Amino acid sequence: MITKRIIPCLDVKDGRVVKGVNFAGLQDRADPVEMARCYNAAGADELVFYDITASVEGRGIFTDILRRVASEIFIPLTVGGGIRTLEDFDRVLKCGADKVSVNSGAIQNPNIIPAAAQRYGNQCVVLSADIKRVDGRFMLFARGGRENTGIDALDWLESGVKNGAGELVVNSIDTDGVKNGFDLELLDAVAKRCAVPIIASGGAGKPEDFKELFLSHPNIDAGLAASIFHTKQVDIHDLKVYLRENGIEMRL
Amino acid sequence: MIAIIDYGVGNLFSLESSLKSLGLHSAVTRDADVIAKADRIILPGVGAFADAMEKLEATGLVPVIREEVQSKPLLGICLGMQLLFDKSYEYGEHKGLGLIPGTVCPLADDLKDLSLKVPHIGWNRLDLVPGREDDPLFRYTKPGEYVYYVHSYYAKNCAANTLATSEYSIPVTGAVRSGNVYGTQFHPEKSGDTGLRMLKAFAEL
Repeated sequence: MITKRIIPCLDVKDGRVVKGVNFAGLQDRADPVEMARCYNAAGADELVFYDITASVEGRGIFTDILRRVASEIFIPLTVGGGIRTLEDFDRVLKCGADKVSVNSGAIQNPNIIPAAAQRYGNQCVVLSADIKRVDGRFMLFARGGRENTGIDALDWLESGVKNGAGELVVNSIDTDGVKNGFDLELLDAVAKRCAVPIIASGGAGKPEDFKELFLSHPNIDAGLAASIFHTKQVDIHDLKVYLRENGIEMRL
Repeated sequence: MIAIIDYGVGNLFSLESSLKSLGLHSAVTRDADVIAKADRIILPGVGAFADAMEKLEATGLVPVIREEVQSKPLLGICLGMQLLFDKSYEYGEHKGLGLIPGTVCPLADDLKDLSLKVPHIGWNRLDLVPGREDDPLFRYTKPGEYVYYVHSYYAKNCAANTLATSEYSIPVTGAVRSGNVYGTQFHPEKSGDTGLRMLKAFAEL
């Protein structure tokens, strides 16, 4: 059977990994290529790179880094950040990305999803959403979680899948950074309405959080996290061994 | 030198890079002379069967491939593997290269567990078919290793030529061989170290 996936996420700005970086055991703790090597060696099932630079120069540095990672690390690579047009898809796919993640770009222009799915296939299009409870409803947020779009998040994801998104990254703003476990209520609600692979994001603080996610929510395919991996608070290899010992299929 | 056949489908960046990382020389080409001089051939491919077959035929390389596999190993990857079979039922019925007997059919029609998702995407364990463990393609492969799949159609009616499968409520054809012609449904160039070792073994066939 398909394994559950453990995915570290690297936020890259001006060629450096930012956010929660205190990477043990590396000379240059914020070099994305060095970190990618290290995660590959530890058994990460996939890597996600978010380009959080705003400038054209930053974008150029990012694609250069992506090319360097893709030329020496041979596991699936997902790229997001600033993806708005088919040209953006093309640019990162040519540098070795396998999947492209859209978030704000799809809110501004929902047609990007079907257009990209038609050109590159559903498996290539990942819809990522930042979601927060407002008055008991799951709402879609934009601008890195700062702005309530007024769109019902579950409706949004369901229509995204209908339009061709082949995978979802569900990021809970409510649990993000709290390190007390994934937002299982939100993930359940999404899984009831969407039949594509779902990547849980936001809230993981310890190995038990991943165990609970996978054991009690078999519809969730992957767990994504950033700083807990960067700081080695959770070691990917040890985490995967632990999950396998608990009966969860893992690639080791 | 390994000739990677360029017929306008898919992104070959990872494949080229993976061979390069193994110290292997490769050339992305649609030149019959280059393919004739190569000692290995890789037939890549992503996308839809009919479109890929049409593009491959348009290069004029189909007779060249048929001729060259008489004397040298070929590896079809993903859709490139599916093209090796007699025919595919992806959106209609389409003829393939017929280098390996079998047909390519929708995974969704045959899955026993209907809760499983299609496409079959992700890491799955590669189960070597008993008696085929010693195939030279698996020279560096250990039992129980995982490989990376992305596909919605799969090869069936090809048991005699199947080297390995992966379980997805049915055994999904993972690797096949008929003489010099090999194919993998999974992507060795995306299967980490396991995949690299398989590419190395292919280069040493």
